Amino acid sequence: METEVLIIGGGATGTGIARDLALRGIRSIVVEKGDINAGASGGNHGLLHSGARYVSNDAGSARECMEEADILRQTAPHCIDDCGGLFAAVQGDDENYVADFPNFCEKAGLDTTAIPPEAAREMEPLLADETIAAFRVRDGAIDPFMLSLENMAHARALGATLLCHTQVVGFERQNHCITKVWLEKTGTGERFSVEPRQIINATGAWAGKVAALAGATTHVLYSMGTLLVTQSRMTQGVINRLRPPSDADILVPGGTVSILGTTSVRVDDPDRIRPTVAETNLIVEQGSKMIPSLEQTRYIRAYSGVRPLVSQSSGVGDDRTVSRGFVLLDHASDNLDNFATITGGKLTTFRLMAEKTANLVAARLGNKTPCTTKTAPLPSTLDGKWTEPGIAPSVWFAKPAGKKDKILCECEMIPESTIDAIATALRNSNETPNLLTIGRRSRLGKGPCQGAFCSTRVLAHMYNQGALSGPGGVDDIKAFLDERWKGQQAIFWGDQLVQAELTEAMHCGLFDLELAQPGDHGHDH
Amino acid sequence: MIINTPAPMETSTIKADLAVIGAGMTGMAAALFAVNRKISTALVGQHSAMNFASGIMDLMGVHPAGQQWDDPWKAIDQVRYDLPDHPFAKVENTLIKESLEEVSNFLEGKLPYRRSMGTNVTLVTSVGTPKKTYMVPKTMWNGVKALEKKAPTLILDFTGMKLFSARQIASSLEKIWPGLRSKTIDFPKSELLEELHPEHVARVLDLSANRVALARRIKPLVKDVEYIGFPALLGMYKSVETVAELETLLGRPIFEIPTPPVSVPGIRLQEAMINGLGINKIFYSLSTMATKVTRTDGKEFITTIKGNNGNQTIVSKAVLLATGRFLGKGLVAGRRGICEPLMNLFVTQPESRDGWHRTSLFDPKGHPVNRAGIQTDSAFRPLTSSGEPVLDGLYVAGSILAGSDWMRMKCGSGVAIATALAAVKAIETAGTEK
Repeated sequence: METEVLIIGGGATGTGIARDLALRGIRSIVVEKGDINAGASGGNHGLLHSGARYVSNDAGSARECMEEADILRQTAPHCIDDCGGLFAAVQGDDENYVADFPNFCEKAGLDTTAIPPEAAREMEPLLADETIAAFRVRDGAIDPFMLSLENMAHARALGATLLCHTQVVGFERQNHCITKVWLEKTGTGERFSVEPRQIINATGAWAGKVAALAGATTHVLYSMGTLLVTQSRMTQGVINRLRPPSDADILVPGGTVSILGTTSVRVDDPDRIRPTVAETNLIVEQGSKMIPSLEQTRYIRAYSGVRPLVSQSSGVGDDRTVSRGFVLLDHASDNLDNFATITGGKLTTFRLMAEKTANLVAARLGNKTPCTTKTAPLPSTLDGKWTEPGIAPSVWFAKPAGKKDKILCECEMIPESTIDAIATALRNSNETPNLLTIGRRSRLGKGPCQGAFCSTRVLAHMYNQGALSGPGGVDDIKAFLDERWKGQQAIFWGDQLVQAELTEAMHCGLFDLELAQPGDHGHDH
Repeated sequence: MIINTPAPMETSTIKADLAVIGAGMTGMAAALFAVNRKISTALVGQHSAMNFASGIMDLMGVHPAGQQWDDPWKAIDQVRYDLPDHPFAKVENTLIKESLEEVSNFLEGKLPYRRSMGTNVTLVTSVGTPKKTYMVPKTMWNGVKALEKKAPTLILDFTGMKLFSARQIASSLEKIWPGLRSKTIDFPKSELLEELHPEHVARVLDLSANRVALARRIKPLVKDVEYIGFPALLGMYKSVETVAELETLLGRPIFEIPTPPVSVPGIRLQEAMINGLGINKIFYSLSTMATKVTRTDGKEFITTIKGNNGNQTIVSKAVLLATGRFLGKGLVAGRRGICEPLMNLFVTQPESRDGWHRTSLFDPKGHPVNRAGIQTDSAFRPLTSSGEPVLDGLYVAGSILAGSDWMRMKCGSGVAIATALAAVKAIETAGTEK
């Protein structure tokens, strides 16, 4: 297999680079060991930063966010909910910080408007009575899955290739060049090699591990952040706690839900992260000072992501004081001419990160075509369509009476035709349609029932369609429900624990799935 | 049909010897046992919980983690030995047998059940997994035999059903049951419907003409098969007649396959139990929930129930709490712990929420939260944190009890029915002593 550029990592940055290069006429292959956005790109708030979060400690990042957010509003409006946001302080918050905030914003060049607390509470009725100050900012929400899927779809339309579930296992090097990259299919263990002219390491928190495999060095710190998903949307816009960046100070609307976070916990291994009970308690306690009803509301899920922080100093102090800016390494000091690492940064600045990386690689390849992602609109395709909350029901409602097909996921109102469309799209990109892959490309299992019913219905439907045969369905449903479980374990209390009991009663109490052996449940017990 | 006894006109207070709170399997069995022992009984609870019951009755199947037993009685002995906190450690085998016998005899004329004396049996679930259980509705019994013989069998489903795929079952079991075939047919007159609901189909099949129309569509498909399997929706009030008539029309033994909720056999069981008890023998207040239980100085319990017709109270000498776990609202989980909401009873539970669940849903060891619950003495009286009975006259039975992870150990109905009888006997004894 030959290609001009091999991009390792299928998150926002990797897919963004693939599109940027494709627009310059450079062919690339993206390899991703999991699925699109399996790392931090899928484990964040989905916040389109106004930049105001960083004005006090990182004016450069603040400005970058502001500029990049404006570019995305122009080029990818279908991925964005331009809902606006507030910064709000409550009694007991640092009044000096409140007083300094407008000056910080002005210095960074950000527009903010002070509004009286009563007016803020009129805009967002769930804000605490104890709100003492509020500022309006241009925060928004962005769908990170749609963004990456659309970037990749556009890149593929222009000649790029995506290989999911494919992991880099080794590099062959001659002098200053990597000549061959060995890849392995994670499902089958099948090995094959690529001979790219340039290699880009866009693996986020895994950048250090991948660089080490190539004989290069990148020091990455892992900062885990945990977020909670509420059952319904709590606010119109983004709500930020007006204080220096801290735990659980942002609530972001995500279509029909809201996302509350985050924490910042140093971890040793990006592959072993999981939301903890202690974190969820902290998030609810802190968040409810800003929005008191967060104490009572139903949470349907928790998830964690790992921020890759590139250590440029001694690494002392809170991870939040380490720059959220990105780092592009050309690895010249490692005596490598065709390897580059891009890591750090934020979702909001992914395009800029892609541009800088593509500039470096294009120059190395002698390609002089300029970057066009600042102005080129991101086409809307079917690949990213179904991740948007509310899209499946609105498509279904628009069908004429008598043509409406059965709803399989009742929480998120996903009908059979949507499942079939996603399965077809998956097959077209050489992916196997199953509950996990369909779930990643839709809202399947993301409502209050967290997969208890829809998993069974979709599985039955796929067997009926001939999309599945043999005993594999049992493994499929177990893997899917365990993935949903992982995200709920830390928030099992109240109604969601009732849901957990129902899920277990069905799938263990009745179906005995915990007794089924992997691979075959042909045990005639 | 369920007939809710209207609230008495002159007063909203009901007097009874025993108030059973909770109308799931435990509460219904307890009401039956109490009535059979001439204890005047009031039964309060929401009957919606039985929509979730599959209709099959486990006795005891798995212990320790992942180990399955053919002989439930041996399994129970092992549980008693290993887990002294398990409810089965507080009841004798003779009592468990008596309780099952009494329920089974009661149901025989209404909704007959079948079991293989002394051993668990295996049937197939709607996702195609083989499952061991103890008592099954007669309408499912042929499924046990068909699986045992691996007989050539046709499984049918209907266009428009969502939670049941005959093809999935046949495909999932192809290795162990190669003689299994599947077919989807249009249910008669349902062509214009996008969705087919099991409850609706079940009610339609209560009428003979509809069974004849259905059999006409199936007849051409059964030439080479010995048995025919259906989702569990063959009749609501007349399932035995429906199965019998279809068997005659098709000339083959047929059986039902248990499905996830909404489960027709669960509804059948509820209605058979409640109607079988008879409105003259018992006061029910279904679709309602007990909101408060207090005790007067005269040592009577006053149970307040809230329903659509306003508040009612039950004055009783004894109360049996059969309110279930989280789904039945017998236990409530907050961020900081689990409580029993009605009487604030002491709940045995892991030290913190960290210890409630394991990281995989399917961990064979099961989740510690499922062993949380109410501890009792051997008479099924709830205990305080220091191990003393809370009150004379107060009893607890069923899944709310600590120590039994019914979902993993496959002992849900067994614990429900056996502890209901044990508690009722204790109530009877206490009454006689006074």
